[in-house]
Amino acid sequence: MQQGVGTIERALRAVGGHGGWLAGLLLIAGWLALPSIGLAAEGATTGPTEYRDIPYIGSRNLIWIVAQLHLLLAGFVLGVPIFAWLCEVVAWRGGEKRYDKLAKEFTKLLTSAYSTTALFGGILLFLLVAFYPKLMNYLTDIFFPSFLLYCLLFLLETATLYLYWYGWDAMQEGNKKTLHIFLGFLLNFFALFIMIVPNAWATFQSSPVVISDGTAIERAWAATWNPTWWPINIHRLIANVVLGGYICGAYAGIRYLSSRNTEEREHYDWMGYVGNFIGVFGLLALPFAGYWLMREIYQYNQQMGITLMGGFLSWLFIIQAMLIGVLFLGSNYYFWLGITYRIPGSESKYRKPMLWMLVSLLLCLAVWMTPHSLVASIEEAQKMGGAHHPLLGVLGVMSAKMTVSNLMILITFMSFVMYWRAGKQDTAGWATFGKAVMGSVLVLASIAVIVLGVWGYFVPAIVRINYFSTSQVLIVIFVILTITPLTALLLKSAKTTTEMVWGSMPPRAGYALVLNAVMVILLMTLMGYARSSSRVHWHVYGVMRDSSPYAYSPALGSASLIMAFCTFSFCMIVAFIFWVATMGDKAKAGHGAAKGELPHGIPAMAGGSPDERR
Amino acid sequence: MGALGKPIILMVAMYVFLKFVLPYIPGSAPLPSSLIVLYLLLTAAGIVIFQTLSGESKDAFWGPMQRFLTGENIGGMQAIRYAVLILFPLLVGWQTYGSTAASDVPPSESRTIHPAPPGEYTGLSNPVQKTPENIMQGKGFYAAFCSPCHGANFDGKGPAARGFNPPPANFADPTTIAMLQESYLFWRIKKGGVGLPIEGAPWKSAMPRWEAELPDEWIWKIILGEYDGAHQSPRTWE
Repeated sequence: MQQGVGTIERALRAVGGHGGWLAGLLLIAGWLALPSIGLAAEGATTGPTEYRDIPYIGSRNLIWIVAQLHLLLAGFVLGVPIFAWLCEVVAWRGGEKRYDKLAKEFTKLLTSAYSTTALFGGILLFLLVAFYPKLMNYLTDIFFPSFLLYCLLFLLETATLYLYWYGWDAMQEGNKKTLHIFLGFLLNFFALFIMIVPNAWATFQSSPVVISDGTAIERAWAATWNPTWWPINIHRLIANVVLGGYICGAYAGIRYLSSRNTEEREHYDWMGYVGNFIGVFGLLALPFAGYWLMREIYQYNQQMGITLMGGFLSWLFIIQAMLIGVLFLGSNYYFWLGITYRIPGSESKYRKPMLWMLVSLLLCLAVWMTPHSLVASIEEAQKMGGAHHPLLGVLGVMSAKMTVSNLMILITFMSFVMYWRAGKQDTAGWATFGKAVMGSVLVLASIAVIVLGVWGYFVPAIVRINYFSTSQVLIVIFVILTITPLTALLLKSAKTTTEMVWGSMPPRAGYALVLNAVMVILLMTLMGYARSSSRVHWHVYGVMRDSSPYAYSPALGSASLIMAFCTFSFCMIVAFIFWVATMGDKAKAGHGAAKGELPHGIPAMAGGSPDERR
Repeated sequence: MGALGKPIILMVAMYVFLKFVLPYIPGSAPLPSSLIVLYLLLTAAGIVIFQTLSGESKDAFWGPMQRFLTGENIGGMQAIRYAVLILFPLLVGWQTYGSTAASDVPPSESRTIHPAPPGEYTGLSNPVQKTPENIMQGKGFYAAFCSPCHGANFDGKGPAARGFNPPPANFADPTTIAMLQESYLFWRIKKGGVGLPIEGAPWKSAMPRWEAELPDEWIWKIILGEYDGAHQSPRTWE
């Protein structure tokens, strides 16, 4: 005993100089061992373990954060190959090498993000198995064959990505380039299935179907074909393109702000434009897909639909309107800055149309953001005669929201067309007639969208949902499909009066790109929460009840804290990935930085824009 | 002052319109402050976006503010600058104090008007056939049990309506029962205000629990009568 005490005293003296380190190590070890408290607690009970927990943060919150980060990373990793491949095809068919360089740069970001996505996917799986064994057992029982398929797809996707990225320079000429393009196609093909297979697991939890007896494959197939599977597949596919586009835009924006020479500025200005264009292109289609998804949810289960759109989650849709509004404003602002700065002399010509577009966008946004039931004090509610405003209350329902969202899409599309046409003079003989047709189509379409929106108040809901809303969508698609080829045809013979000047955008354009990316990330965390929490206290809606201590919906304020944390963490992860991915470029650029340096040699972020007007 | 003056005038004009003009349009009412702030924020965002579209307009807009705040060549306005620099943080502090200090004013409401119905009600369809006789019977029941509050014209203006806050629902408004399925109305009539789920809190509804007095068949008939009388149709999926 005496000897034992002496040994401990000697050990303590030996570490005396490193007490702080030791205490730190012990704290970390203690923290890492905390889950064992949960494990030990479960071990004492009889029967199979249904749940495990982790102190302080809680199992649900941890799963929420990891799942959200995994989904955001996955969205980026699955969205970017689509337009990277399209850029490569454009370069291949059109011969413009800069598109090939851009596609390669997009793919470089992809390779670094891919492993991080897989890492978070692995962590998520371990946590799900550890914290929710009962649920995972149930899902495994149903989806076992698709788990195997998913693993196979993952192997194929990884192999294809490696070949696509590492073979880029080696497969540039002749048949090898064709093979490389085919690899890009395969990459997207596998990526699509990598997305839709786990979508089946998540959508089955929200909208389960009755599974009759049969083989394992038959059961998995039946569960996969649930009512919200395809609406989610389409919605996520488009959203991934939007996310990828805006994140690449933000990357370009930051590189633009920190670029020190003219070549870099020109390249990243152009890359920012492409990123924003891709984001907007997807954004135009996203509300249609979202509407279809909500319609299917309502039709599947009225209770779930009302919980989302009329119940306690309906406030999320007001925040959603705000975020989408900022996204539309930010994207249009970037287009308008492009007209002003990249096409010298255009500002005076387009300032008035920009003002009208801005006013129209803001009016639409005001309608979209007006809730049906207003936040009001008791006194204010008494003056209004309830929670609905007698005059503005009509703006709070779907007929108004659908109308303004369609109008915002039309305005944004016209912003792009305006940007496209700026600095060019029509020479075609039919130009006047063509412009008159386009103008008429736009005006008539806008009137038709508004008339259908107002009429929607006076017809049964089913007529509005099935005919009026879909007609509004079809009208907008018709406008896009009519004006795009007509404009392209007009511009084919048009004379360029002012050349596009790349690299002359003010710093706020770069910040707008970053803002758009943050908005879209926040939007995905918000609506991801809405979709997931619409199951309320069910793991599998109406089938397997959540009997854990977390079977409650958090207050919206608490939920928004987690969403903000996820957004911030994702931005940090992406920043880290991009930093690592571009480390080599910076080192290379450091050797030959003298060429084309800016007058002051300082980046735009620090006030080094070459344009005095900024 | 030109480029800065116009936005200031626009903001003031917008505030005056929302606060003192819009409420007095026939059929309107005063707007809650949350909505006024929202619309003013949108106006301010629009101003900033438009004024920063070009270098010239940005300088004309930010220049005077920047010069004033930095004190560069503002001559006799130095005193005002110091006053603003001192008073503005104080104003922000006062506002923060006002919004966080304990008060006897009840908090703003964000009540859920349409909480989700219990699962057992969602799949129900009206078992009563939509015949002229049943509709007439439903209207009769409505006149006896519902019209004192919801009004003989289905507009929420019954003789007893003035005593309730919030007022009884206006069925003629296309944003009320026209947005809901019949099963939803059946649940609300049957269970009343006390049957609202927890997400419907605060339970501000004086609607009686009619299941205690009316058989289910009567409730379904009332629903037929309500939709017909208010010239609305229920939400359906066919």
